[in-house]
Amino acid sequence: MTATTAIGAGLNRIEAAAKVTGAARYAGEIPLDGHAYGSVVQSTIARGQVTMIDADAVLARPGVLAVLTHDNAPRLHRADDTDAELLVLQDDRVRYRGQAVALVIAETLEQARAGAELLDVTYQPEDHDVVFAADHPRLYAPEHVNPNYPTDTSVGDVDAALASAAIVVDATYSTPAEHNNPMEPHAAIAQWDGDRLTVYDSNQGATSVRQALTTLFGLADGAVRVLSEHVGGGFGAKGSTRPHAVLAAMGARFTERPIRVTLTRQQMFAMVGYRTPTIQHMRLGADADATLVALEHTAYSQTSQVLEFAEQTALISRLMYAAPNLRTRHRVVALDVPTPRWMRAPGEAPGSFALESAMDELATACGVDPIELRVRNEPSVEPDSGLPFSSRNLIACLHEGAERFGWASRDPRPGVRRDGRWLIGTGVASSTYPARSAPSTAAATALADGSFVVEITASDIGTGARTALTQIAADELRAPTERVEVRIGDSDFGQAMIAGGSMGTASWSWAIAKACRELLHTLHEIGTVPPEGVTAHADTAEDIKAQAQLSRHAFGAQFAEVRVDVDTGEVRVPRLCGVFAAGRIINAKTGRSQLIGGMTMGIGMALLEEGVMDPQFGDYVNHDLASYHVPVNGDVHDIDVSWIDEHDDRLNPVGVKGIGEIGIVGTAAALANAVWHATGHRHRHLPIRPDRVLTSLA
Amino acid sequence: MRLTFDVNGVGQQADDVWPGESLLYVLRERMGLPGTKNACEQGECGSCSVYLDGTLVCACLVAAPQAQGRAVRTVEGLATDSAGGLDHIQQAFVETGAVQCGFCTPGLIMATDDLLANTPTPSDAEIREALAGNLCRCTGYEKILDAVRLAASRRTEVTP
Ligand code: FES
Ligand code: FES
Repeated sequence: MTATTAIGAGLNRIEAAAKVTGAARYAGEIPLDGHAYGSVVQSTIARGQVTMIDADAVLARPGVLAVLTHDNAPRLHRADDTDAELLVLQDDRVRYRGQAVALVIAETLEQARAGAELLDVTYQPEDHDVVFAADHPRLYAPEHVNPNYPTDTSVGDVDAALASAAIVVDATYSTPAEHNNPMEPHAAIAQWDGDRLTVYDSNQGATSVRQALTTLFGLADGAVRVLSEHVGGGFGAKGSTRPHAVLAAMGARFTERPIRVTLTRQQMFAMVGYRTPTIQHMRLGADADATLVALEHTAYSQTSQVLEFAEQTALISRLMYAAPNLRTRHRVVALDVPTPRWMRAPGEAPGSFALESAMDELATACGVDPIELRVRNEPSVEPDSGLPFSSRNLIACLHEGAERFGWASRDPRPGVRRDGRWLIGTGVASSTYPARSAPSTAAATALADGSFVVEITASDIGTGARTALTQIAADELRAPTERVEVRIGDSDFGQAMIAGGSMGTASWSWAIAKACRELLHTLHEIGTVPPEGVTAHADTAEDIKAQAQLSRHAFGAQFAEVRVDVDTGEVRVPRLCGVFAAGRIINAKTGRSQLIGGMTMGIGMALLEEGVMDPQFGDYVNHDLASYHVPVNGDVHDIDVSWIDEHDDRLNPVGVKGIGEIGIVGTAAALANAVWHATGHRHRHLPIRPDRVLTSLA
Repeated sequence: MRLTFDVNGVGQQADDVWPGESLLYVLRERMGLPGTKNACEQGECGSCSVYLDGTLVCACLVAAPQAQGRAVRTVEGLATDSAGGLDHIQQAFVETGAVQCGFCTPGLIMATDDLLANTPTPSDAEIREALAGNLCRCTGYEKILDAVRLAASRRTEVTP
């Protein structure tokens, strides 16, 4: 492992000064000479056909340069792995409400928007089906669930074990559609130079966007360059190419000018993905001493008619607890809805709500403390696969959290603590998230002046990646951080993992460490740095292939205190406590922020966030920040985040597990469990809205 | 219409302004000042906060003609007196880790500037109230509140 000087310190975010002064340029703010603007026209039906688009009136308006529709838009190429959402304006089919059906291009943004609003689109609507249900007749078992896990797993005989179990919990939970809502709306500006394409885009991984655009426009390798120096959040919504970038490139090709396309907040709700709603059926069986004998997790989710997106909701139940009889299943239904995508901890976030709520119900049914229940059912190997864990410190997190939170003095009885109109309760849940790495390339250069430059197509969407990678490179190069410049967000630096799946830092640090070690080796051999500098390249593809098969996961424990207003049904969260075992934390300051941010999004998931589908019009009706509620500062009070010192040298050279997502895993369950403890009522359907609380108290 | 106004201390003019344009649009698309962010364009997020004649406003809710003859101050104009360096609020945001993706940051800096100008030693309740209209999806707000507290403490050190 790397000797540490910079790693672990709370180095200030390197680009923070640019951000606080307004100097940082995001994709939609890059000025290119002579650029014009594209405004997206979205379908107003959920299913059917575009029969006519009358563009003449719009084309006659001042400043309007073009109206792209399926009739005249550049034809796109597709490969086997092409994301069908990107095949915009290629045919007349409408597959969901809010799909792009045209792009109006004009000299100014206002002119483009005015044209888009006025564009006359005629449809032949067909009956649509947008209502998700666990008994939908078209539910099916996908071939695998995201990204490539088995759909169903089964160990032992769950039915027999449940039939003879002393205690059974059998309950159904649900989570609604949730929308990522990074604060920066998706934007891209595209420019062609012959058959070379340059795109400034807001994304979580520039090489994946480069790859998609290369295929779609049938270009040679190396013809596309994607840049994303600053990205205003993503949470999965920028995890792969989104239609705005394709539309910008199409518009630029058509008009032979640079074209900028920025989505509005409202457009994002249909166009950039969201978390699928889930319905989850849990069956847990235990014997009298609270030892699990069976665990079954059946998860239902939705996908679109455009492509299959199969959320890996029940994955968490394959590894958390030692049930000798264990079955997980996923079923999906394709509806006439926008395609769901990744949102912070896809799978684990909704899955943990069901599993960790059910564990709380089981603890009550068995009459044991919820922490003790988890201790008794701690597995020695991954229950489903039998693989050993590279490290697993769940119990240490639970105990450390119990200590910090003051769990020991908790009275387990529900509904007995009252302070005026407030009922008070506490709850606990476990967290986990996979700790994976993916192949990446990096280059490290020593310059004659004694400084270093490291180049990698990493993306800093607010995570602090740029800063953490600088610390890692500095330690590898045994140089102070001020002498190391890490350049990111440019696909010309070569293939690298996206900022997703909590794999960014783990993957990039591996490539950087390898390049830096190689560079030091070269420097050692040549003695002095030549005037032109010297560069070492690294690619981790072979190293990652050679990794031993292990179950690699981060773990954590979350504790929540709630106050429930008996008159209004409002749930307040005076404090949350999270303790995590996530390998090495590279930067204490940015790392803590990541975990607090995840837990805060967990408050949103538990209490506020809900995309409401209108069955009649097939639309997420609350598609703005006035009606889709994300947490505001008044929703968040004391959040105590800490981590245990964890050294796991079977992950990657730097010992990183990734912390972007685990913060949201388990928060909603801890809060729901606390609401039960406060009120005596179990909330199995998120969000725990005031009306639901009031109904339960009535 | 022709719009004449002052931006960060400099007289500016914009021609052919359509009266329906927002001040946010004029700043970002006409003045080349994208430090003021557009995250909702309907007054829900505070990312576009600027001063209009010294009053904190959501620039997305101000019609461009309303700025005629008036003075606008944006995040780009905050630190000018300290030679391109950071002012104490910006410095506090950097040090406390209150900045993540940074898209909400300019709006929060403006809101904090306004708060501390009027209430140099705010209580926690006053801080929360002042920032109630600013959404941040990354940080969970805790470090932002720390930044405001730090900035307030430094401000009282220099101007008792
Ligand atoms: S952009 Fe003005 S309040 Fe959101
Ligand atoms: S730092 Fe990203 S929205 Fe606040």
